[in-house]
Parts: sequence; C-alpha cells; structure tokens
Amino acid sequence: MSEVFLKIENLTKNFGQFTALRDISLEVFQGEFVCFLGPSGCGKTTLLRAIAGLDIQTQGSIAQAGADISVLPPAERDFGIVFQSYALFPNLSVEKNVAYGLESRRAQRDEISQRVAELLALVDLADQAKKYPAQLSGGQQQRVALARALATSPGLLLLDEPLSALDAKVRAHLRMEIKDLQRRLAVTTIMVTHDQEEALTMADRIVVMNHGVIEQIGTPQEIYASPASQFVADFIGTMNFLSARIASSGKCLLEATEIAVDTSGLEAGQQVQLAVRPEDIHLEAKESASAEEQNQTPGTIESMEYLGAFVRATVKLHQSGARVQADLSAGDIDQWAMAPQAAVAVTLPADKIRLYPLDA
Amino acid sequence: MKNGLSGVRVGLAAALAFGLSHATFAATELTVYTAVEAEDLKKYAARFNEDHPDIKINWVRDSTGIVTAKLLAEKENPRADVIWGLAATSLLLMKGEGMLHAYAPNGLDGLDSKFRDKSNPPTWTGMDAWVAAVCVNTVESDKHNLPMPSSWKDLTKPVYKGHIAMPNPNSSGTGFLDVSSWLQMFGEDGGWAFMDQLHQNIDHYTHSGSKPCKQAARGEVAIGVSFAFRGAKSKAAGAPLEVIIPSEGIGWDMEATAIVKGTKKLDAAKTLVDWSVSEKANKMYNEGYAVIGIQRLAKPVEHFPENIPQAMIDNDFEWAAENRKRILAEWQKRYDSKSEPKS
Amino acid sequence: MAGMRHRSGTHGSPLRRKSSTDDRAMRLFILVIAIYLVIALAFPLYVMFSKSLENSQGAFVGFQNYLEYFNTPALVYSIQNSLFIGVVTTTITVTIAFILAYALTRSRMPGKPVFKTIAMIPILVPSLLPGIALIYLFGRQGLINELLFGYEIYGPIGIVIAEVFFTLPHALIIIITALSIADARLYEAATALRANRARIFFTVTLPGVRYGLISAAFVVFTLSVTDFGAPKVIGGDFNVLATDIYKQVIGQQNFEMGAVVSMVLLLPAGLAFVVDRIVQKKQVALLSARAVPLEPLPNKRFDNLMLTYSIIISIFILGILGVCQFAALVKFFPYNLSLGFSNYQFDLMDGGGWDSYFNSIEMASYTAVFGTIVVFAGAYLVEKGQGLGPIRGAFQFLAMLPMAIPGLVLGLAYIFFFNAPSNPLNFLYHTMAILVISTIIHFYTVSHLTATTALKQMDSQFESVAASLKQPFYRTFLRVTVPVCTPAILDISIYLFVNAMTTVSAVVFLYSPHTTLASVAVLNMDDAGDIAPAAAMGMMIFYTAAGVKILHYLLSRGIEARTQAWRVAVAK
Repeated sequence: MSEVFLKIENLTKNFGQFTALRDISLEVFQGEFVCFLGPSGCGKTTLLRAIAGLDIQTQGSIAQAGADISVLPPAERDFGIVFQSYALFPNLSVEKNVAYGLESRRAQRDEISQRVAELLALVDLADQAKKYPAQLSGGQQQRVALARALATSPGLLLLDEPLSALDAKVRAHLRMEIKDLQRRLAVTTIMVTHDQEEALTMADRIVVMNHGVIEQIGTPQEIYASPASQFVADFIGTMNFLSARIASSGKCLLEATEIAVDTSGLEAGQQVQLAVRPEDIHLEAKESASAEEQNQTPGTIESMEYLGAFVRATVKLHQSGARVQADLSAGDIDQWAMAPQAAVAVTLPADKIRLYPLDA
Repeated sequence: MKNGLSGVRVGLAAALAFGLSHATFAATELTVYTAVEAEDLKKYAARFNEDHPDIKINWVRDSTGIVTAKLLAEKENPRADVIWGLAATSLLLMKGEGMLHAYAPNGLDGLDSKFRDKSNPPTWTGMDAWVAAVCVNTVESDKHNLPMPSSWKDLTKPVYKGHIAMPNPNSSGTGFLDVSSWLQMFGEDGGWAFMDQLHQNIDHYTHSGSKPCKQAARGEVAIGVSFAFRGAKSKAAGAPLEVIIPSEGIGWDMEATAIVKGTKKLDAAKTLVDWSVSEKANKMYNEGYAVIGIQRLAKPVEHFPENIPQAMIDNDFEWAAENRKRILAEWQKRYDSKSEPKS
Repeated sequence: MAGMRHRSGTHGSPLRRKSSTDDRAMRLFILVIAIYLVIALAFPLYVMFSKSLENSQGAFVGFQNYLEYFNTPALVYSIQNSLFIGVVTTTITVTIAFILAYALTRSRMPGKPVFKTIAMIPILVPSLLPGIALIYLFGRQGLINELLFGYEIYGPIGIVIAEVFFTLPHALIIIITALSIADARLYEAATALRANRARIFFTVTLPGVRYGLISAAFVVFTLSVTDFGAPKVIGGDFNVLATDIYKQVIGQQNFEMGAVVSMVLLLPAGLAFVVDRIVQKKQVALLSARAVPLEPLPNKRFDNLMLTYSIIISIFILGILGVCQFAALVKFFPYNLSLGFSNYQFDLMDGGGWDSYFNSIEMASYTAVFGTIVVFAGAYLVEKGQGLGPIRGAFQFLAMLPMAIPGLVLGLAYIFFFNAPSNPLNFLYHTMAILVISTIIHFYTVSHLTATTALKQMDSQFESVAASLKQPFYRTFLRVTVPVCTPAILDISIYLFVNAMTTVSAVVFLYSPHTTLASVAVLNMDDAGDIAPAAAMGMMIFYTAAGVKILHYLLSRGIEARTQAWRVAVAK
C-alpha cells in the first residue's frame, strides 16, 4: 500500500455523559476508498464529522497529509463533502452550484466555466448545467453534489450516506459510478454507510463500527470471510449461530456431534458460539444420519424459501432443536429430492466455521 | 424635514450629526414648551419670526398638566429652553423647584401687576388670562329639556344628571383651575361638598380641558365645563353652543412665559421673552383672549361673553401652587374611580 | 509527530476547535446584536423594576410603592376591570374567530379569500380606530345608538367591542392554522363508525384544535389586557391597568407608580406568554404527524349558514372602517353633514399635524429595514453560529422576551433608562432612533420566530458544505440563505412596517416634538376632543398600511417569480 494519508489516534467523543466514540485509532492510505459501516448510532457519522472538523472530538488527534488538523475549523482543512440530503443550494443553477467553491479564488471566469464543464462532463450532466436542483432527479442531484465537492480538487472526499435517499436501482448504478470516479481521480475517500452491500462493493477497506468502537478493519473479503467478532459476523451477510462447547484442541461439541474446527485461542470446556454461513452448509438426503461422521449432524427440513438463484432451507437440528439456514442450488434440490419434511444430514465444513467465545 | 437631520437620525450616526448640524445652521433653535392651543402655534411662531427671523421655535405642545409634569420630570435634564404659554400655577410650582431663570424682560413695566411674578426680577411674565366657562349645547338642552344654567350651583341640580363632562384636574390645567377656584370661592369644605354634588351629575371626566367643550359642540354631552376661548372657537366653527360665565365667579389662570434655568441659548431665550410681553404680542393674544397682559390694548373678542373681567375671581396662585399636590390627591381619592359600583 | 500533542490521557480537558475567521466574525456579530438586546431590552426593564422600588427622589423604599398602590382603591379596581375586559373579550373573540375559521376551512362557501382578507384588516389600523367608530355609531349622537337600548357605549361595552375588532385577526390566524392541520383520516374513521356531525365535532374537531384555542385565548387575553388604545378612546371612566400607566406617567408624571402598575401588568402578560409557549410546543408536535389534508364536502345548508355568518362579520369590520372614513369627511357631525376635507387640516390640531404622518412613514420604513436586518441576522447567527453556547441561549431568551412585555411597559422602561442623565446613550432620547429601536424590540419576537422557522427549513448542511468549499459565511449568507429566505424576510419587514405604523403603546412615551407620530396624533387629537380629525388620521394610517401590504403582495409575487424559480420547479 501507499503511504498513510489520514492518521487518527485515540479519538474520543463525548456528548455530555454519552460516549459516541471511544479511543478510535485508524489509518487511511493515499488514494484509498474506506467505508465506515455500522448500524445507526454506532458513531460512524460522528467520526466523519470529526474528520471534517464539523464536530470536534473531545480527545485524540487527526493528522492529514502529515499535518495535525485536530482542532482546525472545517474551512482550514482540505476535504470535499457530500451529504445524504445533497445540500445543493436550491436557488443556484447546477453550474453555479458546481462553481460555488471556485469563485472568489481569484480564478478567471473562463477558467471557472471550463472547470465546471469538465466536472459536469465527469458526472455525465453536461446538458443539465442551466437547470435548478429541484428540476433534477435524486440521482442527478447527488452527482451535482459530487461534482461540487470535487471542484476544488480536495485531498480527501467525505461521503455521508450519499446513496441512502435514492431508490434501489439508481443506488446500484450510482454506486458503480462513484467507485469508478474515485478510482480514476485517485482521491482518498471515506464513505459512511449503514448498507453492507454498498460497503462490500465499493470499499477498498471497511471499518466496521459498533457502540463507538471499531470492531474490525479489513478488506471486504476479510470482513465477510473472517469476521473478527460475533457482531461483525452477525452484521455482515447472513450467519447461523449455534451454541457449542470446546472439547479439546481442534474439536468442539455441538450437542452430541463432534466438530473439527480451529480452536486456537480457546480453552477446553469453554462455551462458544459456532458461526457458519448458509451458503457454506452442506445438506444431503439421508434416511438416518449417523452421528459418527465428523462435522455432520441430522436434521429435518422445515421450510424452503425460493430466492431465485437459490433456495434457502430452514433445517431443524435433531439433537438440539436449533434451526439453521442452508442454501441449496437448483441442482442440489434435483439431486437429493429435497422437500419440506425431508430428513437431511447437515455438514458444517471445518474451514468455514468460526468460533466466538460467549461473553461472560 | 424640520431640522435637516431626518436622513441621518437613525443609529449612532445621529450623535455625530448633532455635533455637526449646529455649525451648519445660522439660526438659533429654541425648544419651547407650551400649552397654547394647537391651532394658534403656527401663528405665534410666525408673528415672532416677523421680528426675529433668525430664531426658530420648536414647539412641544401638550395639555397643561402634561407639559407641567413633563417639565418636572425633566428637572435633572431639562430639554426646554423657554416656556411660552403655560399656566402661571404651573410656573409657580417650577419656581419653587428652582427651575426657572429670573429675568426682567424689556417692557415688563407695561404689564398689569397681576401679570408678573412677584419676585424681582420675576421668574415669569403673564400673557393672557384663560378663564373657565361652561359650554352648553342648545340643541341638546332643548332635546332633554334642560334649563340654561347660570351658576355653578345650578349644575348640581338633578336635572343635569349625566349631561355634564368636565376635565380631570390631574391632567388638565382647566380642570385644576376649576377645582382651585371652587375651593377658593366656596371654602375648603364648601368646595368639596359642591364637587361631591357635581360628581353625581358628571357623565365623565376628560383628560383634556378643551375636550368637554368640543364634546358639547358635537352634542356628545349637553354641557361641558371648559374654558371661554374653546367655547368661542367652537361657536365660531358653527356649533350650537352657548358660552356661560357662572354667576359666582370664574376661576382663571394666566398663560405665562419663563426661561428654563440652564438653557444654553440664553440670549435667544431672552429675545423671545422680550417679544412675548411686547404690545404686538399682546395684540396677538387678544385675537383669542379677552383678558391680556396689557389690558389697555384689549378689544372685545367675538363669541366671548362680555362680563369676563368682572367675573374673574381674585385668584391666589401661590396658594394654588402650594396646595396643588394635596388637592389633586384628594380629588383623585374622591372621584377618579367612576368604575366603582355606585351605591 | 504533530498529532502526539493531543494524545493526552482520557482525563485531559476536552479539545476545542480553533476559531476560524468566520467563527470570530460571527461571534462578533452575535455579540453586537446580543448587546443591542441587552441595552434595548434587559437594561431598561431592570431599571424600571428598580424604579418601582424607589421614591420620586430616587431613594430606595422597598415595596412601599406597591403598598401604596394596593391601598389605593381606584387603582386596584383597575386590576378587576382589566381582568374583566380580558376574560369577556377572550370569550367573545375566540368564539367568533373559531366559527369564522371553521367557515374558512371546513365549508365550501364561496369567497373564502375575500372573507379572510377582510378579517385581517384590523391588523392595519391602530387600536384607537374602532373606539372612534363606536362613538360615531353608538355615542350620544350615534348613528345607530338605539341598538344599545340605553346602555352606555363609553365603558366596558365599548372597550370589549373595540378589543374584539382589534384581536380578531390574531385569534383567527392561530385557529385557522390549528384547523388546517386536521387529519382527514380521523374524520373518515369517525364517519365510518357512524358518528353524527355533532359527535364528530366534539370528539374529533374540538380536541384537534384545543391547543390552537388555548393559544388563541391567551394571545387575545394578553392583547386585550395590555392594549391601551381602545380603553383610552371609548373607556370613559372605566379605568384599566393600561390607561392607569398612561395616566400615572403622562397625566401625573408619577413615574414610580407607573413602574408599579407596569410590574402588575407584566404578570398576566408574562403568564399568558409562558402558557402560550408550552401550548405552542404541543401544537408543533401535532403538526409533525403526517396528516392527510381534509377536503370539506359540500353541504348546502351548512355552507349558506357559514356564508351568512362570514358576511355579518365582514360587515362589522368594514362598517367600522366605513364609519371612520365617513366621520373623517363630515364637516361638523352631527349638525352639518356636508362632506369635505376640513378634518384633514391636521396642522391646526394637536398631535403634530401632517408631519406626524410623514414621521410615521419614516419611522416605519427605518423599523422595517433595520429591524429586518437585525432580526434576520440575529436569528441566522443563533441558528448557524458555532460556540458561545451560553450567549446564544441568553440571546434566544431575550428574543422571546418582548412578547411578554406590553408596549406601554417597554416605553416607560425606555424613559427610565435612556433619559437618565448619567446614561451615555442619553443622546438617543427624543430622537427618531429611539422610536425605531423600541419598535424593533416591541415586535421582535414574532419577527424572530418567522426568521427562525424559515432558517430551520433550510438544509442544515449548507454551512458545512460552504465551509468545505472554503467560502466565508457571509458569502453563503448573502448568496444562498437570504435569497432562499426572501419570502420570510419580506414577511418580517412588512410585519414590522405595519406594526410601526399602527403602534401607540411604546412610542407614546418616547416621541418628541420632532418625531410626533400619526398613531400618537390620533390619540392626542381624540384626547383634545378633535375626534373627526383623529378618525381622518387613523384612516390615513389604514390606507398607508393597506397600500404597503398590497405593494408587498405584488412585490413578493414578482420576486418569487424571479428568485424562487426553483420553488416553482418543485411544484411542477
């Protein structure tokens, strides 16, 4: 990776008695696209506003491009920002909105209009220059906001839930467009979102936050495949959780079934949550599944939910009565003649299982 | 507008402008407090300016009680340069407070002795006498079968119940001279007894001394206790009025002139006071008032009853000024709550 | 590394943002306006309170003045009288206003905009004017005085009728708003449950507007208790608190007692203010619910009934104005009914003549211009400024306070404060400036609320965006905030202008010979018995205020067409 562009150290933010951010440390690299992801109230927007200088942190430091900006007012920092509400100036035309940050910088008038034209072309709105924001669609407005934020070529682009106000189709389209734009301009970008799909598709790295702390920092693949905590495992994608106990090194017990699994860091006898994703669970039709086979436990299909590309089956495990969800391809269904009430053997592949100690 | 300051009067700029404006005006401006009837003010200033065009008069006009109270209230920080046309009783009050600048104007000797302060040099000089009178609307009296009253005591007859308006002495100079004259004519006890009876017939008290007569002129009441000048004016304007001088005698006060102590424009103030006792000024007063400071110049005034000089009581201004506060308090206690449930 | 400095432990003092030039400029401006509010509002009120504890020599006497006050029966009667007027006026006005508002929002009668406009007219005239009209209608020589069956118009009857006229538009606006936020779904549900009209009215309509009614009641009560114009003109010897202050101060120059009566008058006004604020908050909570607007169904009998009612109310309002105009033109009522303009020779009357009229226009213009600037800038800085939390809190309080201060009380407080020789601001006394300053303060709260509402409707991120684009705040203020808020700014300026034209209460203590005002001239001419010229001047005020209002309407439509093009775009 390239050099560190933004360095956040030991950031804490209190609102009266409430701690919104607790000892946050984070590095963002030059040209990187980072997403702050988490449920509402997790502190992600607070962190973004601290980076922008809109709400100053209670403690801790922020350095950008090697300079300490911890207590600078927003106007003395170097960033462009896009809000969920677009915050376009309603009384100014599209081109005036985009030119807003360029004027009064002693730029020549034709220089400005050239730059505005360039930016509007960049966001594919060249023909909308004279219109007022209210005459544009939501997606178009958000692109204007983006162009306006990029006009001054800021070192850092901050996106605060930029897509949340848009409908699904526009959102998916704009997602790609923004990502593409960011890659082309190589501008370091931080985006706040509560939408994991957005984060997974757009980010180079995701910062998962909860209750004012960072749960995990990693690439989308790392976050999805190896959630560092039960919260992350639960928050990203769909995850089955089953109660289990560590039997010995490399082995845990799911009721009577012995499961081979990586138990490093856990001690024998410890209660754990066994986590496995539906797409990783393997089902086979079997009249009477025997408990002898490793990582396999008997169950009965209770219901099946048709989801287009695949079918999600809810399976009741015989031993514990717990339910798990497992994904079946069309091929699986044909091959095993799966149907509700069918008895199945449920296989949990060792390399796909993660264990999380139960919090005391 | 009046002083060329209007454009910059707002805001702190005014402070600066005040300092500059004086230099730009050749004329001296005098702030003159007065209770002279509004319709005469322009005339008074214009006549004065015929002789002294370099002095500009800025009038502050209100009813006698209010001008008096205002002057007293501003004692610490006087705003007026000259008082021209305020009741002598009020000026005596101010003399007592040490607010007046003693000055013997040129022409003082020509004035009747009644028309000057007794101190030497005097603190005030008189202009004209302003006498009580009763305005009776003849149309309304006929309608209600009211006999024409000829005396104060007549007004206490039950037939007039609810048909009389009079000024509240607390705010009106006319009201006060009425009350003070009754107390002097009928004695302290007799005076209050008379007023107790009169109060039964009073429809309402007004704040201004001219209002009862104007109301009588409009027929809003049948009888207004007011002053002769106002009655004559309304009669001239076509109101069906009879101006009555009650037989017991009438209270009166002088309109008088004085310089306010501490004025920064003493020379101009003296010029104005000199002029105010001149023959020209007295003739001007005579256009509205029958009794003036230089009585030998006086000519009869249209619509004024003839017998005024004889009817005027021997008014003790000093007594009135000294007892003013007590009288007003007593009056207020007795009559200033017509809203009380009448038993 | 630079950041290390801030890696202090968890117990260090919280970080504070370094102030930008913008922050400092905004703090400076808010401080300037806050100082204005302190000097023009807080100090005078404080001085007045302390005056009420002094004797005429300025020595501290504790509550002796209050004792004297409560031992003067005539003065204490005034409290009773004021409360009586307040309660009766409130009952009548709120009832009339409610039915009219109901007609305007819940019927399909024709001509609704016309009736609404007519009902708003009383805002454009001084409160003295209805009293004058009543004298011509019901006085001894009144045109229709037989209708009173021998009762006296001078006194409570006259005061109440005049106050109803004067307070009607204020109550109407509030109740119309309350009725407009009704949720149609509630009515549909009630109808589906087969509730009859009366039941729906008592179970849905009334509860829905209860906060509006309470709010209107308190506004009317405060207005009628603190108003001075109506009782002055038509009150006869029926003394109320407001006329007592005037009599004590102007009539007797008994300033200390005036201060005591003022403090007494502050009580009902202050109480009404507090209740109104609480109720307003609840009303807002109702507003934020997503409601389906109610479309009244045609009902011939009901619509005709409402139409008749609205016509009667309109006749009452237009009749008052018509009578005043008639009075102004009649040469010598009642003995010479020929018409002419002799009553317009204001220069021959008390009150300052035609100069007063032009002074009023001048004063109203200054008030509109400077008031709008101060109020809007103040609201903007409080809404958008950073830091100075306590000062912004105090500012907000001071901005709300004038609503609880009757004009007479404010004017009297100004005499005490500004006429003190030791006050360096003494030079303002008796100037046009002090009239403007006091009038802006007198009408500050409603203007401030209008500005705040408009500013709150703006996207709160504009300032953040502008800062990120490194634009100074004043640029965004002038290029975005002001244009977007133009309708509200026009509303504020017109509100200030009209009120400055019609107000009597505060300025009656503050005008000088150079700065006599039309509204005060109406008062003084009436006081001197020149009632016809008073009516003439009152109508001049009305025509001016109405003219400006029409101008405002045309202007705002023109401006909207240009600067609010984006709004129109939304509507499409």
